[in-house]
Amino acid sequence: MVAAWKGTRTALSGTAGTWLFVGVATLILLILLVPKAVGNPPFFFQILVYGLADGAIYALIALGYTMVYGIIELINFAHGDIFTLGAFIAIPLVGIFGFTDATPFSLGVVVVLLGVTVVTMAIDGGINILIERLAYRPLRNAPRLALLITAVGMSFVLEGAMYLWRGANNVHFPDVLPETRINLPGGASIGVKDVVVIVSAVVLVSLLNLFTDRSKLGKAMRATAQDREASQLMGININRTIAATFFIGAALAAAGGIIFGLYFNNIRFDEGFTAGLYAFTAAVFGGIGNIQGAALGGLFIGLVASFSNAYFQAALTDVWIFAILILVLVFRPTGLLGMQVPEK
Amino acid sequence: MTNGTASAEPILAVERITKRFGGLTAIDDVSFVINRHEIFSLIGPNGAGKTTLFNTITGMYKPTQGTIRFSDRSITGLRPYKINDLGIGRTFQQIRLFSYMSALDNVRIGEHPRMHAKVWDALFKTPAARREEVRVTERANELLDFVGIRQQAHNYARNLPYGHQRRLEIARALAGNPKLLLLDEPAAGANPQEKRDLMALVEKIRAQGITVLLIEHDMKVVMGISERIVVLDHGQKIAEGKPEEVRRDTRVIEAYLGKSA
Amino acid sequence: MSRRLLRTDRPMRWAQSAFKTRNGTIYTVLIVVALIFPGFADITTGGEGNHLVSTAADAGVYVLLAIGLNVVVGFAGLLDLGYAAFFAIGAYTYGMLASSQLAGSPLHMSIHLPFWLLLFVAIFVAASFGAMLGAPTLRLRGDYLAIVTLGFGEIVPRLFRFFGAGSPIGNWTGGVNGIAAIDPPKLPAFLSGPWFGTNWPIAVVAPFDFSDGNWAPMDYYWLIIILVAICIMLVTNLQNSRIGRAWMAVREDEVAAAASGINTIAVKLLAFAIGASFSGFAGCFYAAKLSLVSPENFEFVVSVTILIMVVLGGMGNIPGVILGAITVYIVQFFVLTNLPDWSVAVANAVGLGGIVPASADGSWIGLHDQVQRLNYIVFGLILVTMMVLRPQGLFPSRIREQELEKGTAEESVFDVREGVD
Repeated sequence: MVAAWKGTRTALSGTAGTWLFVGVATLILLILLVPKAVGNPPFFFQILVYGLADGAIYALIALGYTMVYGIIELINFAHGDIFTLGAFIAIPLVGIFGFTDATPFSLGVVVVLLGVTVVTMAIDGGINILIERLAYRPLRNAPRLALLITAVGMSFVLEGAMYLWRGANNVHFPDVLPETRINLPGGASIGVKDVVVIVSAVVLVSLLNLFTDRSKLGKAMRATAQDREASQLMGININRTIAATFFIGAALAAAGGIIFGLYFNNIRFDEGFTAGLYAFTAAVFGGIGNIQGAALGGLFIGLVASFSNAYFQAALTDVWIFAILILVLVFRPTGLLGMQVPEK
Repeated sequence: MTNGTASAEPILAVERITKRFGGLTAIDDVSFVINRHEIFSLIGPNGAGKTTLFNTITGMYKPTQGTIRFSDRSITGLRPYKINDLGIGRTFQQIRLFSYMSALDNVRIGEHPRMHAKVWDALFKTPAARREEVRVTERANELLDFVGIRQQAHNYARNLPYGHQRRLEIARALAGNPKLLLLDEPAAGANPQEKRDLMALVEKIRAQGITVLLIEHDMKVVMGISERIVVLDHGQKIAEGKPEEVRRDTRVIEAYLGKSA
Repeated sequence: MSRRLLRTDRPMRWAQSAFKTRNGTIYTVLIVVALIFPGFADITTGGEGNHLVSTAADAGVYVLLAIGLNVVVGFAGLLDLGYAAFFAIGAYTYGMLASSQLAGSPLHMSIHLPFWLLLFVAIFVAASFGAMLGAPTLRLRGDYLAIVTLGFGEIVPRLFRFFGAGSPIGNWTGGVNGIAAIDPPKLPAFLSGPWFGTNWPIAVVAPFDFSDGNWAPMDYYWLIIILVAICIMLVTNLQNSRIGRAWMAVREDEVAAAASGINTIAVKLLAFAIGASFSGFAGCFYAAKLSLVSPENFEFVVSVTILIMVVLGGMGNIPGVILGAITVYIVQFFVLTNLPDWSVAVANAVGLGGIVPASADGSWIGLHDQVQRLNYIVFGLILVTMMVLRPQGLFPSRIREQELEKGTAEESVFDVREGVD
């Protein structure tokens, strides 16, 4: 049996394996979903769109996981809570402008939302930098276990803070996006909200790509992720690069939180716990350390979750996601596009 | 130079080993044979790939190409603990002791693969387990004696002086009953007296019937105890033979002094 | 000094060696306290000590869990964030096999196996799940293992919740409502405290009676004390054995451990399975005592609570972990639950009574409820501050003492390195 397992792993590794991996995944999806699609196409389309919107949010969170892991090889357990924190920060900010569910949609609303998003991203990013500085940096040379435990503790601190602040119940995010739906041929439709979510995520991911490709800091981040010592020798300020990574990861997650709020209009203090797990699975699926992988992984996980909720026992969605995590880690640890190997 | 008591029977055969890391070729088509009871040295300028070769032999890396045979049995691609089990022990260039365990415990760890106590024995402290612990402790003390640090038995490894730490690592490696011992720069950071003691220790080890493969930078040590030497430079083997042959080899001299010299 | 040793020179002390005298003191104190606690409880509550004794028995369950997690986290250095899953598995194993639960399942017959047998069954089942989870995943780096165990800890209660009434394969686990009316333990022969039924003056150490089917808190209390004592002995034996050394080696330096012939994955798997079996064992007792299992008792917060107990007490240090468990239990179930009332009382007493009631616009929910929400953040802060400031725990190991006594290693004086030839 061990031999069979090893054989599967070798078959799935490397560039040839990628095609096999993609092929198998697609095949399974097709087998499960084609009957559903054919049965009720407009409904299927709606679930699909929902999955893409969900996936866009997971992608934004997954990016933070993958970037931080790439640079300091730490799974930042608290990252999911940074996502929730984004929404929590944005809610009072939009409250200043008097936004409620009744607020009519206008260009002014868009401007305010953009402004609030930028400010929230900055605040959340700043908080993440603080966390890195106070809790993770002192332990950079400590045994791995200590760092992991601290990250778990940090997650509790953030959730605890939000729990103290707003309690256990759903916190309401003003419903300011229009409810309009755009009709498509075949009886299907897509909401403006869906479009906003998906487009925003695409824009942010593209900006991130541009940034890491072209900018000096982005290159520094990539270099540090590859070889910290060499980067240091080349004059890159490691501490600042790491801080920047934490900032950007948090900013993206914060944006995800705001988008979540705008889309679902409700968020709980511990939303980030499950969302974080899903997003992390997405990052692993796409290939840990790889930004495009995280984005693609996010979409995939969003789709899986959406289809599972609609068609295959919503109570077991977590189980399917977790199964994907285990299967990827066991059979193809590098994920779809990844470079780093999660094994020793 | 020593009078070798080496036999002509090979114990380790490194056959056309190549190790690549991405675009970097760390070891390029290296082959050599070590005979039983030999003291064999691997030398070369920094970065030549010596420790990488050690790591490949002991299973930490899988060779990109080539095979390694130990006592006529292929060990290519086996896991490190398996290779240790088969009879290859090693020390590390940068000492890797279990710093928060006592010297005695460090050596007892080395005996782990030779022990038989299972979980059941451990849980219930069966007489068999207790007897084995006594035996293991005795042997650990003997080994500490053998390398000359018996008095440090109950001190924590991190509290030992540097020279003693090196010897402790050797004792730990010996605890596994190796037939072949790989020593990675055992004389690094040692003063001349310590180096002489080390050479004596290596001879003592060989006298126990253990073949020794040595990486070393100190030429006095290398020339003083090796029967045969292999020289690596930039991952390639550039010379092999007896010490007097190697030291006169022009390629070797160039490699060490640099082409500009 | 090699660079690597300097790196481990930070205030992180992980090692453990058998330190006899201090352990002995702690254990003696614990035994004495355990013996007189019921009497003490009775005296301080005026004869109504049963509630306290029952709470103490619950604390004993957590002590057991902490000892088990200590094997995984403290000995082998593996972060298991889903420890409550094995607790649940043990509890549900007992619940399903010692109640009428299975009468409602496709099996259509209730199974009532004896408690003492099911203790071992629970150990076996939990260990098997531990092995099944660990076998493919223990190769992974610590971070990934932690997430995987976290995921496992999430889905196990979910699965138990799912396989209740209305699931595709019938009602096995009672679903959301869990399993109720679980049998208490029963012993065939009479086994009771030797002075049971008499009024000897030494009744200050209260008697117990395992023999009837009617289990009082006192009986559970003594049972858990006995079980904990047995477990302490077993785990201490493990620590001082070949496998205990192997765990320490793997924890400190896996590469060197592997090079010394230790099959690191097998060794980790063993730790994981043993840890799981302790958890299952505790779960079985828990289900018997509570007479009820329900999925919400096994959520993530339970896993983290046990982790905090181990971290606070000193990872790898058995008596430390026990004390840590008792401390955290008291903090969680006594201090934090009473803190809201206390803070109201204090606020009123010092003249800050104005902050007690809720504000009109709802932004301040009143001092009582606000303080009640402190538990998450307190837990988080404990973990973070411990790791950053005192990772060796509140009760550090002897290694620390040795270092402070003997001082750190002396550097040897190096000669200038000789040149080639």
